[in-house]
Amino acid sequence: MEWISPRRLKRLGMLNMNRRNVDYIARYNERSSYPLVDNKLKTKLVVAEYGVKTPRLLQIVREQHEISHFREMAEDLKGFAIKPAKGSGGKGITVITGRDGDEYIKASGARVDAPYLERHLTNILAGLYSLAGTPDVAIVENLVQSDPDLARYSHQGVPDIRIVVFQGYPVMAMLRLATTASDGKANLHQGAVGVGLDIGTGRSLNAVQFNRPITLHPDTGLALENIEIAAWDEMLEMASRCYEATGLGYMGVDLVVDANEGPLLLELNARPGLAIQMANGCGLLPRLRAIENLKRPHFSPGERAQFAMETFASR
Amino acid sequence: MTTRSRIPFYVAVLLLIGAGIALAIWRHVELGIPWLTGEQRPVWMVEARVDFEGTEEPVLASLNIPEQPPGFSIISEQAASPGYGFSIVENSGGRRAEWSKRDVSGPQTLYFKAQFIPTDDSRPRRLAREPQPREMFWEEPQATAVREVLTQARERSSTPESMTRELIRLMQPDTRTQNTTLLVAEENYLQLVVDMLNHAGIPARTADGLRLEDARRRQQLMPFLQIYNGEDWLTFDPQTAEQGVPENLLLWRQGSESLLDVVGGDNSEVSFSMLRQTVPALQLATMQAESNGLGFLSFYELPIEEQSMFRMLLLLPLGALIVAFMRMVIGIRTSGTFMPVLIAVAFVQTTLLPGLIAFLSVVAIGLLMRGYLSSLNLLLVSRISALIILVIFITAGLSIIGYQMGFNTGMTVTFFPMVIIAWTIERMSILWEEEGVREVMIQGSGSLFVAICAYLVMSAPLAGHLTFNFPELHLVILGFILLMGQYTGYKLSELRRFSPMKVYD
Ligand SMILES: Nc1ncnc2c1ncn2[C@@H]1O[C@H](COP(=O)(O)OP(=O)(O)O)[C@@H](O)[C@H]1O
Ligand SMILES: [Mg+2]
Repeated sequence: MEWISPRRLKRLGMLNMNRRNVDYIARYNERSSYPLVDNKLKTKLVVAEYGVKTPRLLQIVREQHEISHFREMAEDLKGFAIKPAKGSGGKGITVITGRDGDEYIKASGARVDAPYLERHLTNILAGLYSLAGTPDVAIVENLVQSDPDLARYSHQGVPDIRIVVFQGYPVMAMLRLATTASDGKANLHQGAVGVGLDIGTGRSLNAVQFNRPITLHPDTGLALENIEIAAWDEMLEMASRCYEATGLGYMGVDLVVDANEGPLLLELNARPGLAIQMANGCGLLPRLRAIENLKRPHFSPGERAQFAMETFASR
Repeated sequence: MTTRSRIPFYVAVLLLIGAGIALAIWRHVELGIPWLTGEQRPVWMVEARVDFEGTEEPVLASLNIPEQPPGFSIISEQAASPGYGFSIVENSGGRRAEWSKRDVSGPQTLYFKAQFIPTDDSRPRRLAREPQPREMFWEEPQATAVREVLTQARERSSTPESMTRELIRLMQPDTRTQNTTLLVAEENYLQLVVDMLNHAGIPARTADGLRLEDARRRQQLMPFLQIYNGEDWLTFDPQTAEQGVPENLLLWRQGSESLLDVVGGDNSEVSFSMLRQTVPALQLATMQAESNGLGFLSFYELPIEEQSMFRMLLLLPLGALIVAFMRMVIGIRTSGTFMPVLIAVAFVQTTLLPGLIAFLSVVAIGLLMRGYLSSLNLLLVSRISALIILVIFITAGLSIIGYQMGFNTGMTVTFFPMVIIAWTIERMSILWEEEGVREVMIQGSGSLFVAICAYLVMSAPLAGHLTFNFPELHLVILGFILLMGQYTGYKLSELRRFSPMKVYD
């Protein structure tokens, strides 16, 4: 068993769970703003007002009888994603990437029919995937067609970019790539690969899987050291803008890069995980403190993104 | 958002913890509730036996009984004397046990029993009325002798105490002078000293003490001398002039004039027997609490059934503390925040091994059945409901099978909270589907580990004793939980989780 001493962790400025909860989430995140991020539908609507794009909303299924409209709507769609509005951790998300006659093809390649999807919608409405089992709403949104430059690194599933935004400043970022182990989901604890991104340039730094440093993607075998995200400053500004939209002082912003529409917001998270520090090989605390100690904070998202790129660039 | 100062919070928590501990110490000192469970305290059981001869007349027998004897406190009193009316009468002259009966003839025996515990309480007792020396008159030539002896004693002394000591010394046979020989006749020696001290302006009286020795019978009281020094009554050995009440000496009679009065009886006498017993300190404390009116502060006033419920309830905070510690400081993942506590409570009732076996088998069978349920595509509420019913079936089945096979422990399954088990199974099975067996094992064993730790603490006799007898200690637990809520340091598990960061240091 390997251990690291608390002193060394402190020196590295590693943010830990308890401190995150007490000093950041509890202090900077207003309770009343939580529903905004815990409900994907609300997130979508509110960030739209601040000019942050999300995958196009195709249908909202609120009531059981609305499910009958789903089939007509989905008739001439090629790809879409069905999500529970209050789901988390990828639960209850069905991604349809194509059609084969009457059947729908899931991202994993499995084929399902319309009644299956309708049953899935019923389950979502009943609250099967929502926290505490409360009744929920299902949303159907456009399929994100990942930018091929990035998509080739990921094994199935859309790679997404997690940016931690503190008081409107993007402080740390990582790219999450799905693997066989993570079953096409971009969740780090399930075995997705996390690639730390330089805030200054959008270039990859280190990569980790299951908390261990790696250099090659375990499935695609591609080197992970020279990835560069296009339109990086635009993405940072977009992440930064979510602060105005939600008022959450400490949050995780999940972005994807769509081949046609550019960067899109996938979801917001009021309790972003700590693994991003391992992917970046450095702790969050020094950056968070730097923001806390700012004498005059910047007021526009663009300025904040600019400031972050200058201040938190690696070397 | 401002960074509020945390000082008021810490002060409040400290007050909470301080209050809890202070209250517990106060109750320990004041009510004698012991810190440990098995503590035994010595108790003296003293029996006074009154014998007399009935003379075919109505009888009233009145025996002086102890009232606040120094160094002891009385925890119980009872009389055994068939056919007699009995009551304890308190008046200015002290406390007396009184027996009465209309027609009495022949030899009679009355018993009075009391239990005493040694205390180290030596506070002066409040006296209702300041004692005054009695006026004494002596005929000549005694008057002159008394005056001379007293002058002699006074010359060599400065305080009532030293005066008493000097006087006793002067009255001893080996130091006797003509004056004293004139005064002393064997049988009146003590009364004479008392009278002389009163004459000298020092309130004095006689007292009777009982030397406590284990398993003695037919003991007699020994006379002592008491003087009042302006604050309290002091006791002297009338022969050696030694001051203070010797250890194991119970002052049976103080203040009152007579030990035993029997009206309507002849040849009355009183004798004592005694026995040293040990009594659990806790029982003693509750007995005392009842007698001094502080009993309302404890759960012992409640009916037994409620008491045992409270015993269980009061253990829960301990479990909560353990869970909080395990999750926030150690960083063990459990399924459901307080599920481990509830399981631990069940373990307390079933004991560990049978409980563990029962729990694991119910959950395992439940998981198998849940696998079938999930293929039915039921909605959540009906799935959980079905699961609860299944869990009840499983428990019933296990108990019956266990019983048939001759294991009484089969029955213990019923102690587990069914709804909690159903939810546990549901969570575990979702976890299984979504995160794989690994996560189920991690969280399952984490939960069990925490439950076992909580069980070990909660089932310790000391824990049950302290939480039940010192409920105020829960304030301390609350304080610790609040403090832990402010713990922002690394969890033990994080020292491992973040260990790959070494390469960047
Ligand atoms: N519109 C979409 N198109 C394609 N894939 C999607 C879409 N929405 C979600 N996904 C996939 O589902 C995963 C989880 O979605 P997300 O919105 O982050 O929900 P959650 O809160 O459950 O994590 C994403 O990482 C992505 O792989
Ligand atoms: Mg997500």
